[in-house]
Amino acid sequence: MKKSLIGTLAVSTILSPLAAMAQTEVQFWHAFTGRLGELVAAQVEEFNASQSDYVVVQSHKGNYSETLNAGIAAFRASEQPHILMVFEVGTATMMSAKGATKPVFEVMAESGATFDPDAYIGAVKGYYTTTDGDMLSLPFNSSTPVLWVNRNAFEAAGVDPDTDLSTWQNVGETLDALKAGGSECPLVTAWQSWIHLENFSAYHDVPFASQDNGFAGLDTELQLNGEAQVAHLTAMGEWAQDGKFIYTGRRNEGGANFRAGECALFTESSAGYAGIKAEAEFDFDVRPLPYWEGVGSGPQNTIIGGASLWVMEGHEAEEYKGVGEFLAFLSSSDIQAQWHQDTGYLPITAEAGDATRAAGFYDENPGTDIAVIQMTANEPTANSKGLRLGSFDQIRGIIDEELEAIWAGDKSAQEAMDSAKERGDALLRRFETANR
Amino acid sequence: MEKRVTFRGWLLPLLLIAPQVIISAVFFFYPAGQAIWQSLFIPDPFGLSMQYVGLGNFEFLLSDPFYRASFVTTAIFSILVTLCSMIPALFLAVLADRLIKGSGVYRTLLIWPYAVAPAVAGVLWLFMFNTRVGVVSWYLGQLGYDWNHVLNGGEAMGLVVVASAWGRISYNFLFFFAALQAVPKSVIEAAAIDGAHFWRRFWTIVLPLLSPTTFFLLVVNIVYAFFETFGVIHTITAGGPQQTTTILVYKVFSDGFVGQDLGSSSAQSVILLIVVGLLTVVQFKFIEKRVHY
Repeated sequence: MKKSLIGTLAVSTILSPLAAMAQTEVQFWHAFTGRLGELVAAQVEEFNASQSDYVVVQSHKGNYSETLNAGIAAFRASEQPHILMVFEVGTATMMSAKGATKPVFEVMAESGATFDPDAYIGAVKGYYTTTDGDMLSLPFNSSTPVLWVNRNAFEAAGVDPDTDLSTWQNVGETLDALKAGGSECPLVTAWQSWIHLENFSAYHDVPFASQDNGFAGLDTELQLNGEAQVAHLTAMGEWAQDGKFIYTGRRNEGGANFRAGECALFTESSAGYAGIKAEAEFDFDVRPLPYWEGVGSGPQNTIIGGASLWVMEGHEAEEYKGVGEFLAFLSSSDIQAQWHQDTGYLPITAEAGDATRAAGFYDENPGTDIAVIQMTANEPTANSKGLRLGSFDQIRGIIDEELEAIWAGDKSAQEAMDSAKERGDALLRRFETANR
Repeated sequence: MEKRVTFRGWLLPLLLIAPQVIISAVFFFYPAGQAIWQSLFIPDPFGLSMQYVGLGNFEFLLSDPFYRASFVTTAIFSILVTLCSMIPALFLAVLADRLIKGSGVYRTLLIWPYAVAPAVAGVLWLFMFNTRVGVVSWYLGQLGYDWNHVLNGGEAMGLVVVASAWGRISYNFLFFFAALQAVPKSVIEAAAIDGAHFWRRFWTIVLPLLSPTTFFLLVVNIVYAFFETFGVIHTITAGGPQQTTTILVYKVFSDGFVGQDLGSSSAQSVILLIVVGLLTVVQFKFIEKRVHY
């Protein structure tokens, strides 16, 4: 008995390196749980089954910030994965980390995998591409904020659910009517800084930060205390004081309130679709993000949130070949179209969008194309290309604090944003020093 | 005359103190030295390059009004946690000590919360006080009180204090209970015969005899409140709202491990090292004098 056990062990130890030699392993760290986690796991399985040279091993490393930090810590310990998912906020940090990352355009060229950077829709590609047109990371999941409407809640409060909600002026009047009709939660939001400041600025074509929102250089300063932003936050602050805007937290905590049917309106990413569709026991629909009529030049375009895949430096050429194959697989039209329809994330290639339309998905699920339209409506300006700011995760933390001060009535919108600018600029200067 | 034990030769005594010296060197002197060195630089997150800034990190910190406010927050938090974990513990220990039957059961039940990790305790309390689904916040709502620790700094502070103190009550209870058992019965009985009632005996005999334990727990609990509570704070408030629950150690953690700003984080560690050093001197110089062994 004992002998046979030792025998099996010996055999298995001899065999396992052989198996590893036959298939090259590629580590992929991501930040998805729940339904999204299952979908990513399915994509990886499909890739592994489709060929026999490479095995992609996917691991969940916590939320977006935790995944980025796990990747950084792993790099410092020389244990980095091949592919790391980094949310859009970490883009500037990754871009400055030359020597830690291997640009995607390089990986793809070396691996010989099929790759056409022009297949990606401009607003997505621009975020992850250098000014010279080199794509540094592969866009993976991108979304943009929209307005979700609980039609039943409107009816319960005696408000017509088909009311025009395209401008904040109209939304303001609707909130009054909802409150008067007895709604306990007329409006709730997720990702307050992303939606009500970052996207707000792009949508109204006003700068969020100098130097083209950081795209043109590290010597950028925040400009989020401008007239347009302050006016919007002042209105939001008043709504918060009157119980018309309910604040639930910094991330997407508000989703629970909305999906439970408590709230009438919800500003949230288009990728909230998977969860809302699965859980909501009421009629809902999707509207474009509202804008302030008369502020800036009307609705420009919104910007993306979500994540891209970065390839880390320090692995074997053979492994990078596998990485290239996997990334090419992920950006193939079929996979992208399926991902878009399952999750509500944007189709990141024009082809995937066309395939989805051709399959009749938008006709069956009205409103799912609103995010795409809203993002691609106009040619992006310097204010609406996106944001590229260092230490942005921390700066968002500061903005969140200052916004909370407005909602609590402790500070005026102007005071809070002046303070956010001052504190954020200090961090931008540190980032500039660190990457001199 | 004090009794002295002397060793012949150097080898054996060196060998005997070696483990302690090695542990201190590896786990204290080396990291502390690293922190001091790193506090003079702004490194990039990946450790690829460093920019020498001299005392720039300290300047950056001390000119930040939120960082200065964090000292006050830390003081309030530590005092509250220490009081909220020691007073109930002493009270429960006195009650358990008076039990004739079943004190074992009470003792075991009271020690249980200590087994819960701080981060888990944080989640438990957060769940009870969740503004949407929390049991306690629902009852408070019924009483007409609108609980919202997400926006209200005072409520947030109260919640992290309670969540941090809860598990410590068990730990403190254990020490107080053991100390109470060690109080000589003869002294108490003598006082009882003299006509001193329970509380009188407690104030004049038991409490002074407990002073070494109380002092020990005071030091240990302040150290706990300083260094081991960031798990609770991270899960419940993440330092908010508006940094009203950002204690010094939490800021070290969040700037270093969330914000990847290792220069500022190291500078904060150095400042903390000095603060804790001073605190220890104060505790042993002034408070220990009042302890009767």
